[in-house]
Amino acid sequence: MPYLLPLLVFFPLASAIFLFVTAGRLSARTVGWVATGAIGLSALCSITLACFFLFSAVPAPIHIILWEWMHTQAFSADIAFTLDPVSLVMILVVTIVGFLIHLYAIRYMEEEPGIARFFGSMTLFVASMLVLVLASDLFCLFIGWEGVGICSYLLIGFWYENPVNTAAARKAFYMTRIGDTAMLCGLLLLATTTGSLHIETLLATLHAGQIGPDVLTAATLFLLIGALAKSAQIPFQTWLPDAMAGPTPTSALIHAATMVTAGIYLIARLHELFTAAPLVMMLTSIIGALTLMMAACTALVQTDLKRILAWSTISQLGYMFLALGTGVWQAALFHLMTHAFFKALLFLTAGALIARLHHEQDIFRMGGLYRTMPGLTVAFLAGASALAGLPLVTSGFYSKEMILSSIWSAHFPLLPGSFPLAHILWGIALTGAFLTSLYIFRCIFIVFFNTHKTESTGSTPRLMAIPLACLSFLSLFGGVIEMPDTLAPIHLFTHFLSAPLPHAEEPVWLLLAGASAPIAGVVIAWVLWGRATPVMQEIPGQATIIRVAKEGWGVDALYAFLFVQPFRFLVWLTRHDVLDYLITGIGRMVRAISSFLEHTRTRFLTLSSGRTTLLLQSGDTLLARVQNGRVRWYAAWIVAGLCAALASGVVP
Amino acid sequence: MNPLPALVLLPLLGGTVAWLADRSNTANQQPTRNISWRITLMVLTLETVLLLITTFRHHTLPGPWLDHFSIPWIPVMGIAFQLDMDGLSLSLLWLSLILSFPCVLLATRQITTDAGAFHFLFLATLTGIIGTFLATDLFLFFFLWELMLVPMFVLISAWGHEDRHRAAIRFFLFTQGSGLLMLLSILGLVITHYRETGLLTFNYFALANTPLSPFLSMLLMLGFFIAFAVKLPVVPVHVWLPAAHTQAPTAASVLLAGLMLKTGGYGMIRFNLMLFPEAAIRFAPVAMGLGIAGILYGAWLSCAQNDVKRLIAYSSISHMGFVLLGIFTGSNTGLQGAIIQMLAHGLSTGALFIIAGSIQDRLHTRDMAQIGGLWASLPRLSSAGLFFAVASLGMPGLGNFTGEFLVLLATWHVNSIVAALTATGLVLAAIYSLRMVNRIFMAPSRTSPSHAKDFSAGQMTILGALMILLVVLGVHPQPIMTLSMPSPLSAPPLSDGGGDTQ
Repeated sequence: MPYLLPLLVFFPLASAIFLFVTAGRLSARTVGWVATGAIGLSALCSITLACFFLFSAVPAPIHIILWEWMHTQAFSADIAFTLDPVSLVMILVVTIVGFLIHLYAIRYMEEEPGIARFFGSMTLFVASMLVLVLASDLFCLFIGWEGVGICSYLLIGFWYENPVNTAAARKAFYMTRIGDTAMLCGLLLLATTTGSLHIETLLATLHAGQIGPDVLTAATLFLLIGALAKSAQIPFQTWLPDAMAGPTPTSALIHAATMVTAGIYLIARLHELFTAAPLVMMLTSIIGALTLMMAACTALVQTDLKRILAWSTISQLGYMFLALGTGVWQAALFHLMTHAFFKALLFLTAGALIARLHHEQDIFRMGGLYRTMPGLTVAFLAGASALAGLPLVTSGFYSKEMILSSIWSAHFPLLPGSFPLAHILWGIALTGAFLTSLYIFRCIFIVFFNTHKTESTGSTPRLMAIPLACLSFLSLFGGVIEMPDTLAPIHLFTHFLSAPLPHAEEPVWLLLAGASAPIAGVVIAWVLWGRATPVMQEIPGQATIIRVAKEGWGVDALYAFLFVQPFRFLVWLTRHDVLDYLITGIGRMVRAISSFLEHTRTRFLTLSSGRTTLLLQSGDTLLARVQNGRVRWYAAWIVAGLCAALASGVVP
Repeated sequence: MNPLPALVLLPLLGGTVAWLADRSNTANQQPTRNISWRITLMVLTLETVLLLITTFRHHTLPGPWLDHFSIPWIPVMGIAFQLDMDGLSLSLLWLSLILSFPCVLLATRQITTDAGAFHFLFLATLTGIIGTFLATDLFLFFFLWELMLVPMFVLISAWGHEDRHRAAIRFFLFTQGSGLLMLLSILGLVITHYRETGLLTFNYFALANTPLSPFLSMLLMLGFFIAFAVKLPVVPVHVWLPAAHTQAPTAASVLLAGLMLKTGGYGMIRFNLMLFPEAAIRFAPVAMGLGIAGILYGAWLSCAQNDVKRLIAYSSISHMGFVLLGIFTGSNTGLQGAIIQMLAHGLSTGALFIIAGSIQDRLHTRDMAQIGGLWASLPRLSSAGLFFAVASLGMPGLGNFTGEFLVLLATWHVNSIVAALTATGLVLAAIYSLRMVNRIFMAPSRTSPSHAKDFSAGQMTILGALMILLVVLGVHPQPIMTLSMPSPLSAPPLSDGGGDTQ
């Protein structure tokens, strides 16, 4: 069995290398099938592993060390994989959802000239994501962590001819890189404290009490920043809506189902570490609650179909962070799984729909599509009801209900017992559930019902319809493996994770509240947008609050003002090397001084030599005058001299 | 038969042959094209064979030093032609050869004016570099150190671009001036040793045991340090580098960035750290500060450049800051990180300069605004450029990150706040690398693709080999780390008078 783990990563990696090397030489179909085949093989591997895990009597985690990355006395790290229930859930999600999305993308991307680059990046992404998920060493995890980041960069900027797309790609990479740097600091802190980044060693050191509380808080805080950036939570939320510039399969796979959930996976993986740092846990849940509320409100006023889904992703990730912060990482993982199904479905359906509408993404220019595209309507409806969490019939209901009911009884050790933070968070989450249902059904009523507005062409190809059908099934029925006790005592998921939730007597009204909030959302959405003469046909764009909310509450502008513009300005200001100028300046000064000195010297010499010549000349003339060759003058000189001599003799 | 002297002298001899062949060839009526280029390639192949022999020869020496060679040169002054090789030298020698091949195969063939002289100078510089990595006689070291400057000066000033003369003179003045300080330090050390022991020698191992007062050792160490700091380069004395790298012909840029900067790092490890360990420890805070300044300053300025070669040159300053930081953290981890960083930087930046040079050959501009997107017309060149740009931004799994991670880890042990500050250099690295990618590779195309010719499959194979090496350095660095550790001075390669002297 262990040899399946490296194979799992090997197939996508090999196909990525193959596609990059042969880029431009294979036909589009071949490229697509090679990539899909590789992911399919990986999916088969993970299903085999899952069967092995389910049917073995005592499922033990599989460890495999591929090679030592580095080994010294002070620090050691390995390239090593671990398969335990947590990573098994993730690899199933990544490979199966990944396979369906690849299958869909074969037709969707068929016409693109850069198809080899697209599928190469996608398979490389899956390989990196699997490394991230399987790694048993945080260093190895970090390789995958940044690997998925660069693949995301390549895919957001896939249509590089438009500078807006590459700017979005860079923005995504920069923001996640800031988080990654913080995470790297966390890794360095843990590595210097424990001498290893192996997760089991870390946890053993933690249980032995060898990590001080301050170090632990700092390290988990650093890791949390990394996770927040990767999962687009406050204050890093702005990159994800822009990332919708990439092809739709990319949005479905990377920016909804898998990469953005890496932050949740990291915390779930290290939940023992985080549980020991209550301050960070509280921070996590508060950030999660704020994000889910803010993103849901923003999604409510968007007009671009893909952006609605992007904000909805941020909001759902907020739920998962809230669950992580309250310590129920199982619920976060469960919601991660169902979210991957229904959000991938929503994105793929939206992609198929947009493709048939000549790349129209504004929902107010769509309408009445259920007549021309009944199949897509059903698929979108399935995804939307799962997202809204309509009771009993959708997977989203069970996972969201698990989060909601466990928040109610959450306990925050840092706060005094009387402060009802848990109840406040529960209230926010419930309001969020209502808003979720409101915005997604607003979208449905506007896009699929109402009056017919745009011409649609063609039909959805079968190769794209099959993945949609599979995902619809999973969205609706993927959640029945775990149910609230009030309904039925089915706990397959938590049992599988071998981490059952603490059994608490839940009041029935809690379940009823959780079930009625989405229904209320649907009803109000129907009242506002669904009837033949809707109350709100068009969003009143004039209202300032809505304009601000539509732009993501002005956070982008704020960051541009606070960070981007000053950075650009300072870089522009210092675009020339100051030290270079300094040294060149000193050189110039020395040269100027020396030339000045030389000049002065020359002038002095010229002057003095000129004067000397003049002096000599005049002396010369004087003497020459004396020797004029006239005897009378000579006699006169002699007489004068004689007189002078006599006088000098007489006078004293 | 000891291959070490042949390793040093072969390029010089081969270069002379190449020059003469080219001269006699041009005198003939029917010249064979590229004869000097062919000879250069043969010389490099021969050199590789020699290095293979050296690497896999059965080493008889006890202790960590791999090979030793010594004959008297100027016996009156105690100067010998003495070469010693340890793992550090060996790994840097391999880097030199691995980089020379792409240089010759991808860049120097286009030289048409006086190709013979060009290849002679190229190989002479290589002799200087290889000799520097091996010499353990301080006089010989100084001689070879200066030897690599002159041919490089001529290469820049004769075959460079528009502003070559100023760049060449500045390069020469900086390196030559700092070399003089090193000469003073060497003489100071030798004279002190002579006074203490009555023995006049330039032998590295003998001089290492000279008793020195703290002040004197600091002074002598600074003399060495400044010379190496100019070469590395360290921030206040880096100003020769951007101009020289930008103006030099492609092959010379690769030699400069890929190899010549490494002689600075090598010198710091071999001479500053090993000859004056106490002084180095006292000096470490200053050196680490300079290293961090280099990392941030180089990266910052790199973000502002529009000239693609200048951008890469400033990123080199940033990367070499990690080397300085790692060397002076005073731990093995930091030292190993610095060495890995040197190797990885040599590969990635060397390749980037080759790509930038190829772009200039094809489009005759280095201005990123004028180059525009090349992906549509030159997909292979662009994808190679993308790979090496990503390597240079410190992607985990590639060599540069390994070096940076180890250096940061060692720095974190010394001071966590400083290390966290240094880590922000990684964000800046992402900014300048991706800015380059999105301006010249993945961008709307601006030039007509008709006249531009993409890399051939053969050329891509060469770059592919560099990529594989970077990946190996990134995911499996342990063997190279074990190999490339410098041998300690406490175990000199021979007891008195022993060893093979011929």
